[in-house]
Amino acid sequence: MKFIDEYRDGISARKLADAIRRITTRPHALMEVCGGQTHSIARFGIDTIIPPEITLIHGPGCPVCVTPIRLIDAAVDIAARRDVIFCSFGDMLRVPGSRKDLLTVKAEGGDVRIVYAPLDAVTLARKNSGKQVVFFAVGFETTAPANAIAVHYASERQVRNFSVLVSHVLVPPALEAILSAPDNRVQGILAAGHVCAVMGCEEYIPIARKYRVPIVVTGFEPVDILQGVYSCVKQLEEGRADVENQYKRSVQEHGNRAAQELIRRVFTVVPREWRGIGEIPRSGLGLTEAYRDFDAERRFAVTASADGDPGECIAGLILRGVRKPNECPAFTTRCTPERPLGAPMVSSEGACAAYYRFRRLDGEARPQLADSTPCPQLN
Amino acid sequence: MCLAIPGRILDVRDDEPILRNGRVDFGGIIKQVSLACVPEARVGQYVLVHAGLAINIVDETEAQRVFDYIETIGELRELEPEAT
Ligand code: SF4
Repeated sequence: MKFIDEYRDGISARKLADAIRRITTRPHALMEVCGGQTHSIARFGIDTIIPPEITLIHGPGCPVCVTPIRLIDAAVDIAARRDVIFCSFGDMLRVPGSRKDLLTVKAEGGDVRIVYAPLDAVTLARKNSGKQVVFFAVGFETTAPANAIAVHYASERQVRNFSVLVSHVLVPPALEAILSAPDNRVQGILAAGHVCAVMGCEEYIPIARKYRVPIVVTGFEPVDILQGVYSCVKQLEEGRADVENQYKRSVQEHGNRAAQELIRRVFTVVPREWRGIGEIPRSGLGLTEAYRDFDAERRFAVTASADGDPGECIAGLILRGVRKPNECPAFTTRCTPERPLGAPMVSSEGACAAYYRFRRLDGEARPQLADSTPCPQLN
Repeated sequence: MCLAIPGRILDVRDDEPILRNGRVDFGGIIKQVSLACVPEARVGQYVLVHAGLAINIVDETEAQRVFDYIETIGELRELEPEAT
């Protein structure tokens, strides 16, 4: 596919890896923010072709992984109702709540459906006027415009049997939480390209300045990631901490204004609880007053209890990049994609799932640079 | 979940701005996509699509620049003392 295949080219990848090797004089720890980048790194063995001085730390950019247990429980409660058609992206179905997951609700007779686009859920609501159609609106800034347009459209068309269970999170506050933690090891950041396609690069400038870390907006294919690493290492070697944009083909400095306008219209910034990390102020989105009628939490009066004990799962440490998945005692033994103990093992963007699919038990890579299975989003 | 994939716009329907949409070709797989956030996108252009919504137009000139850049850092090597 155009704009994908050429960025998987082995020769370009090797040239970049050589260039990184030439400029690296000391150890650097870089965090790739997005779980999609983590999967590329694990899948193509990118960490095996860069010099050993460079450590790639996997970041919190997996929306499924950071959704708090109490919201999964709320989803489970709503989905179990007889009058409800519960719609979600596929990834959410197997995330364990404190009692069960959405897939179990479906097996028990609940009407739980996977949708590809939030607008499809609105269409479903229009076709099923006797039912309540609820969409699980999770995601980072990338997904916010798609969710916003669904709510806005439902409001314009007065689709009253549609509502959203919102668990939207924002990247910059999470980065600040990571960078200001006492055990932080991150020296440079590969920012999530598709989040920036929507929001632009500007909100990262104060973070780069305040924490003295280079931030490079980076794409998802091997050549993108290697170029991001190159720019980040170059800055670190030169003692700079600037915001750079590697992913210019898809990201403008100011982002997508039409998308931002939609987000601002439908959503407002709220505090959010991050699974395994805790509450971060101003770190998420909730519906604005004008769209509150579409809030599923209100409509179904689901009770918000605090997150319980995560048990053995160390997802919080994984999501902050403090531990690698193979350092979790349950990894591949008591926790597998078939029987996950935590969300990072379930999601297609979770670091534990990436290691399970592409790594040996010790975390070493099984390089697959020739691998080009079709993109899961299209299936 | 933040995956977004580039596809080529085959046609555009825009009776109402919020419902602006079109068919997009992802390497042979055709999907109906909302084009509400890329009002300037035209047939034949590539857009980056996430959750059924185009979030940006792919800039073809910038796309090529990545490879020009790789060539530049390759050439820099020839200028470095250890490479000569
Ligand atoms: S391997 Fe399983 S239990 Fe361990 S952190 Fe990952 S998801 Fe949690």
